[in-house]
Amino acid sequence: MNAIVSVLGRDKVGITAAVCVKMADYQINILDISMTVMQGNFTMIMVVDLENMTAPFGEVVDACDALGKELGVSIRIQRQEIFDAMHEI
Amino acid sequence: MLTQKEIFATIEMIDRQHLDIRTVTMGISLLSCCDADARKACDKIYDKITRCAENLVRVGRDIETEFGIPIVNKRISVTPMALVAAASETEDYVPFALALDRAAKTCGVNFIGGYSALVQKGMTAADEKLIRSIPEALDRTELVCSSVNVGSTRAGINMDAVALMGKIIKETAERTKDRDGLGCAKLVVFCNAVEDNPFMAGAFHGVGEAEKVINVGVSGPGVVYHALQSVKGASFDVVAETVKKTAFRVTRMGQLVAQEASRRLDTPFGIVDLSLAPTPAVGDSVARILEEMGLEVCGTHGTTAALALLNDAVKKGGVMASSSVGGLSGAFIPVSEDEGMIAAAQSGVLTLDKLEAMTCVCSVGLDMIAVPGDTSAETVAAIIADEAAIGMVNNKTTAVRLLPVPGKQVGDSVEMGGLLGSAPVMPVHGESSAAFIRRGGRIPAPLHSLRN
Repeated sequence: MNAIVSVLGRDKVGITAAVCVKMADYQINILDISMTVMQGNFTMIMVVDLENMTAPFGEVVDACDALGKELGVSIRIQRQEIFDAMHEI
Repeated sequence: MLTQKEIFATIEMIDRQHLDIRTVTMGISLLSCCDADARKACDKIYDKITRCAENLVRVGRDIETEFGIPIVNKRISVTPMALVAAASETEDYVPFALALDRAAKTCGVNFIGGYSALVQKGMTAADEKLIRSIPEALDRTELVCSSVNVGSTRAGINMDAVALMGKIIKETAERTKDRDGLGCAKLVVFCNAVEDNPFMAGAFHGVGEAEKVINVGVSGPGVVYHALQSVKGASFDVVAETVKKTAFRVTRMGQLVAQEASRRLDTPFGIVDLSLAPTPAVGDSVARILEEMGLEVCGTHGTTAALALLNDAVKKGGVMASSSVGGLSGAFIPVSEDEGMIAAAQSGVLTLDKLEAMTCVCSVGLDMIAVPGDTSAETVAAIIADEAAIGMVNNKTTAVRLLPVPGKQVGDSVEMGGLLGSAPVMPVHGESSAAFIRRGGRIPAPLHSLRN
């Protein structure tokens, strides 16, 4: 099962690193990352594999939320099917 | 492969444009709960509902968490209670409503629909007992919703039932006057009621339905409004195409959630209802979509045409996105639940007569409209008759959910809170319809009901 991690907010040092560490904490494997900074706004999309995830989905959502607050950005993790449903026929 | 733009478009729809799943509704048949002993029947009803819907709310929350899409309401609809209660030897049907209320609270849902009777052609003794018990039932319960079908294209309009419902609505308002007649917000009078509607207050589980079923209602006025902002001044062809594309996306999400809920609850998937259901939140209004098409205020000339386009494009876009479309499927125009409608009604531009015209081209009817407390039962009945006639002749569902608020006059406002919003009290015509309503009997079905 794949999920999309999306990160949005003001750029600063260490956002990508912190998010990657958090994924590793839960044994979530990162399949793809794209990241851009435009006019100081940081956006990152990660495709991740939840096959070996070590905690319930809700706990990971809460952890991402807490990390986002700490870093001053929004971090969310959502199952990929919702994006596929909306944008692919 | 998904692009970054697509991913952020979805996130923005959810975050800023109020995109959500409006309701996941589990329909449950209660026909197996009939019993000559009313107390036993109530126990069976409570047991069956709590057994079938035990995991409904938890599964709904899990899906919200994993997909990151809010599911605003989790609800239950049941077999029209008049059919179930008919088997019981009792004069008092209120205990059936109390059983539904208890079951809904145990399951954690926010409404349960189906305290209903279908009387389009005639009333059984049970139908009449149920209808007469509605004011007390809605007064003594919190989560129970009631509906009565008084007409259909095939059967005509049961004017005895229409007259009775005028009185029942007034009585319900009176019994709940300490809550500004809130009971009436949970009572709908239908023509051509559908059996798989997931939306309240009119949801019930039709007799042609399976043992249990999952129906999903999507929303999305904010998303459509936002999409139209990008085609300012373009022709109606472009407007229609834009609405269709947006409705397709919204419905695909509803289909995904419906399938997921159906699988996790081991309950067959019924339908996705393609309705544009507004909320009182700014940016989630159907009226503002119509205004975005070029109307200064919703309710002015051109509003009916704008709504006709919107309603049709929503269906065309949505129908391809779901394997099974049903329910009410169209744009809703509840006044109190739509920030733009409230503003238009307060300004005096949007009137009851214009709303009636709008219901000819959209789903569903005169919805959540506050009228003065001294509006007579006959006038309420006559408003129902007009609306039922539109449904009957046009082969569509129409409904009336009026709130004759005790003690309130035109110019006052009623605060109902939450998704029910607030309603400015709108004027009705003062001239009497009493002699018309007193006639009783049945308005015959139109010629085009003979289709065989």
